[in-house]
Amino acid sequence: MLNNQGRPTGAGESAPAYNRKTFTGNRALQTREALIFEIGRPEVSGIDIDEPEAFTPRLGALARKTPLDLPGLSEPETMRHYVRLSQKNYAIDAGLYPLGSCTMKHNPRLNEKLARLPGFADVHPLQPTSTVQGALELIEVLSGWLMELTGAHAVAMSPKAGAHGELCGMMAIKAALAARGEGSTRKVVLVPDSAHGTNPATAALIGFEVRAIPAREDGTVSAQAVREACGPDVAAIMLTNPNTCGLFEPEVVEIAAAIHEAGGYFYCDGANFNAIVGKVRPVDLGVDAMHINLHKTFSTPHGGGGPGAGPVVLSEALAPFAPAPFLRRMGADLEILTLVEETGDGAAFGRLTAFHGQMGMFVRALSYMMSHGSDGLRQASEDAVLNANYVRVGLGDVMSAPFGDRPCMHEALFDDNWLKGTGVTTLDFAKAMIDEGYHPMTMYFPLVVSGAMLIEPTESESRASVDLFIMTLRDLTFSVRRGELERFSGAPYYAPRRRLDETRAARQPILRWTPPAPIIEDEAAE
Amino acid sequence: MRYLPLTPEDRTSMLRRIGAPDIDALFADVPADKLLQELPDLPRRKSELEVERTLSRMAARNVAAGSVPFFVGAGAYRHHVPASVDHLIQRSEFLTSYTPYQPEIAQGTLQMLFEFQTQVANLTGMEVANSSMYDGSTGCAEAVLMAHRITRRKKAVLSGGLHPHYAEVVRTLSRMAGDDVMTMAPDVLAGEDMLACIDKTVSCVVVQTPDVFGNLRDLNALAAKCHENGALLIAVFTEAVSLGLIEPPGAMGADIVVGEGQSIGNALNFGGPYVGLFATRQKYVRQMPGRLAGQTLDANFERGFVLTLSTREQHIRREKATSNICTNSGLCALAFSIHMTLLGESGLRTLARVNHANAVKLADMLARVPGVEVLNETFFNEFTIRVKGDAGQLVERLAAQGILAGVPVSRLLPRAGFDDLLLIASTETNTDEDRAALVAALSSQLAH
Amino acid sequence: MTDVRYTKDHEYIRINGDIGEIGISDYAQKQLGDVVFVELPQIGASFGKGDQAAVVESVKAASEVYAPVSGEVVEVNSGLEATPASVNEDPLGKGWFLKIKLADSGELGALMDEAAYRDFLKTLD
Ligand SMILES: Cc1ncc(COP(=O)(O)O)c(C=O)c1O
Repeated sequence: MLNNQGRPTGAGESAPAYNRKTFTGNRALQTREALIFEIGRPEVSGIDIDEPEAFTPRLGALARKTPLDLPGLSEPETMRHYVRLSQKNYAIDAGLYPLGSCTMKHNPRLNEKLARLPGFADVHPLQPTSTVQGALELIEVLSGWLMELTGAHAVAMSPKAGAHGELCGMMAIKAALAARGEGSTRKVVLVPDSAHGTNPATAALIGFEVRAIPAREDGTVSAQAVREACGPDVAAIMLTNPNTCGLFEPEVVEIAAAIHEAGGYFYCDGANFNAIVGKVRPVDLGVDAMHINLHKTFSTPHGGGGPGAGPVVLSEALAPFAPAPFLRRMGADLEILTLVEETGDGAAFGRLTAFHGQMGMFVRALSYMMSHGSDGLRQASEDAVLNANYVRVGLGDVMSAPFGDRPCMHEALFDDNWLKGTGVTTLDFAKAMIDEGYHPMTMYFPLVVSGAMLIEPTESESRASVDLFIMTLRDLTFSVRRGELERFSGAPYYAPRRRLDETRAARQPILRWTPPAPIIEDEAAE
Repeated sequence: MRYLPLTPEDRTSMLRRIGAPDIDALFADVPADKLLQELPDLPRRKSELEVERTLSRMAARNVAAGSVPFFVGAGAYRHHVPASVDHLIQRSEFLTSYTPYQPEIAQGTLQMLFEFQTQVANLTGMEVANSSMYDGSTGCAEAVLMAHRITRRKKAVLSGGLHPHYAEVVRTLSRMAGDDVMTMAPDVLAGEDMLACIDKTVSCVVVQTPDVFGNLRDLNALAAKCHENGALLIAVFTEAVSLGLIEPPGAMGADIVVGEGQSIGNALNFGGPYVGLFATRQKYVRQMPGRLAGQTLDANFERGFVLTLSTREQHIRREKATSNICTNSGLCALAFSIHMTLLGESGLRTLARVNHANAVKLADMLARVPGVEVLNETFFNEFTIRVKGDAGQLVERLAAQGILAGVPVSRLLPRAGFDDLLLIASTETNTDEDRAALVAALSSQLAH
Repeated sequence: MTDVRYTKDHEYIRINGDIGEIGISDYAQKQLGDVVFVELPQIGASFGKGDQAAVVESVKAASEVYAPVSGEVVEVNSGLEATPASVNEDPLGKGWFLKIKLADSGELGALMDEAAYRDFLKTLD
């Protein structure tokens, strides 16, 4: 007997186009997820904890009377809620993430494991220093690596991210100027228009006045322009190098000399350090202070927006002007000095944050650095630059580069000149990349380039991966030229959400969940 | 190198495709005399095994809080974090994504931030919260700047009960920004008269509750006096769990509430990363620092979330931004939010009561030890004791016996005449044995 | 017909006796895109010609609005708080920002009239 039991195993004769809305609104693995406030219940908890035995509270008259309105979920519901949410995110683990200026490189899991060792994660910042010698040793070793890689004389470890590092560096400059008696006369900070927004924001935060300096046609800053902008009122220059156009500033040494000659300091935004680790030491170029985004160059995971860490390396001139606390070796032991007077020269300034900085990030960064070693770190930078130039050349004939076909550092910059008159904008192009399974590049930054598209593939991409990326973008450019506007104007089509209405969000901001207004019975009945 | 996918053959052929004779041709803009010829003077690459061995050795030189009776607080608290929290935050899609600049493929992060903002607002009793600051102390300093923008005044008054490190962060930033700060004398017993300091020149008053010495503070009178004078009340907390049990600052008239969120969802981490919570009233939202997630609709009219009100921020407003913050504490905010979701309000209330009960029990035990005086009238899970002799040395001796007894006030306020004061925190993680060990060790030390 | 004058920064001022109603031109609103917020000055504030009088925000940009002439603020369009979209829909009507009492009507002479402004716009593209 022939056995004809069982289910059909083909793909279906002729699968019809199908577009029906599902009952749940889900699309197979792509599920909807309500807010915890809609699915949680106040009496539910995912944690078992017993009420204490009766006792007499010591709260005075301040026991809570105000409702909490915090619904709870059991553990399985919690897992499901957040796993479903996670599935709506793009991630470097899932695909190339060419976000220029952000250095979305691979995040090794060894680093996660080590950061969670109880000897690092379960240690309190105010334990007796005799019980945290290993933690202090780690900070000392990491500081040593950062100083060696940058040529610096000191490093301030407490800043919590790049922008916080900028603040630290600019405070050091302010302190140094004050020590020279020029605190009230030197008020101006030179910032190129191509700078990241944090640079002018930082300078303004502590009372500096921002003066723009122009870039040349080729996207770099000339020493001449700096010299012309310098005067007795200038405190510092904030320059990104490699710069935000992905170029190494060719006159950086002369620029440093110019600002020093004029009596100012050179703050370098080190966000793009990944291009030059082990190749050049910024302090050798004349830099006085530079933050290092450990969450970029040294792979601590970005976590959907942080935490980061922004240690600031300091030149000999600025080394005395660092924030408290200080780490000092006293014989075999490491000590934390909190009082500014104890640091010896009295030039230090106060705290930037409650404790000693982002220890969890320090462990990860050191693990990354030790894994690479001096040879691997240099190789990583070379590969990052190689991949970026490969992208630049692979797309140079179909997109437009604002500064011609000169080599770039670790990111390749294109503009929207090639899109003029096509009806497609940088934004549309970026959104179409989403449908192709890619996170878009950084767009509309730097501001000095029209419709900027800044592509940073990083060293973590294989050649096959970069090849496919290039081919995909080429295909998109052909589509633009064929006038296939719908591929762009409505994109993305296949993401968890279509384009979102940001105007609506900003005009009537809804920044928190509130219970829906109750339906009034008799009105509803009418 | 295990993290680098390019092979030597790839590199050669890619260089050929680029048209560069060698890799250094791509570094042509680097002044030739600055291009390093030698490798940096650092060790060469290491295997996973070797790195793990090296760092584990460093970790082993530290005393982990969980391995001893542990009573250290003063701004960071050891709580039990459910295993599911740490698992979830390590999901690739949360851990290895950037700030949600492309909302269509970042709804996970954006929805979570919207939920986080709501949780923080409800916990603090405020109308809106942002999507996190670096930590409580930097949030505190930013709150002061925000108050200056709103009131167009430049003078902050800091309570003597504010964590001394927070006060120092505020002073550092204010001094650099050219603003005035008046700091009250350290106020161990919460007896200071701040009302007398408030006049029409004051921009804001910064008060912590529970304060650094553990005392709970009623903010109502202060808020009223502030508002009479056109000043803002900034309320600070360093122990978020306390809000499960005590009246939130928002209900006592605070205009800005900032605090440390570490104690929910986040490990001690030797001081960071932590997560700053920042909440205020709706009318001040445009002066707020930091990112905000907001609700909207997509092209199919489906609910979705985006970053909004960005014109406040550095990437748009540049030197006129409300703050320079960019990267914040996203993943720590996620840990906070997941832990809070697991707790729910019933769990949070119970957790807070257990903390309070443990601290009350310990305070009562310590009060009976000769040579110890418990100073607080009110407290949540931390209080101040006066001991016979030097508290710093006492803590060292107890540490040598394997007990981490607390934070000597002299550690926070060196050479300020508080050498006999000790802050002691007790959370749900302390057992009866822990308490007995502390009391016994303290008794024997003080008997000498 | 009332008299409307323009600046090179695309503010307009509509003169009505000694009161001038200030807003941004149709060209400006198109350039900005969807307006989401307008920060208005306090009533009673005084401006010199060219001082910042308001800030107009789109989703992605914030632009200063300068006083075309000097004067004291006598009224602001508080309706913009709820409906900032009127700046886009009706910039010279419901989308006005503020009214000032002119300090020196002589300053008006330096501004462009409708025709001159239209010519000026032609030079921009
Ligand atoms: C060029 C540049 N500078 C500064 C920053 C600020 O760094 P962070 O986000 O760590 O504060 C960034 C990153 O966002 C950047 O790309």
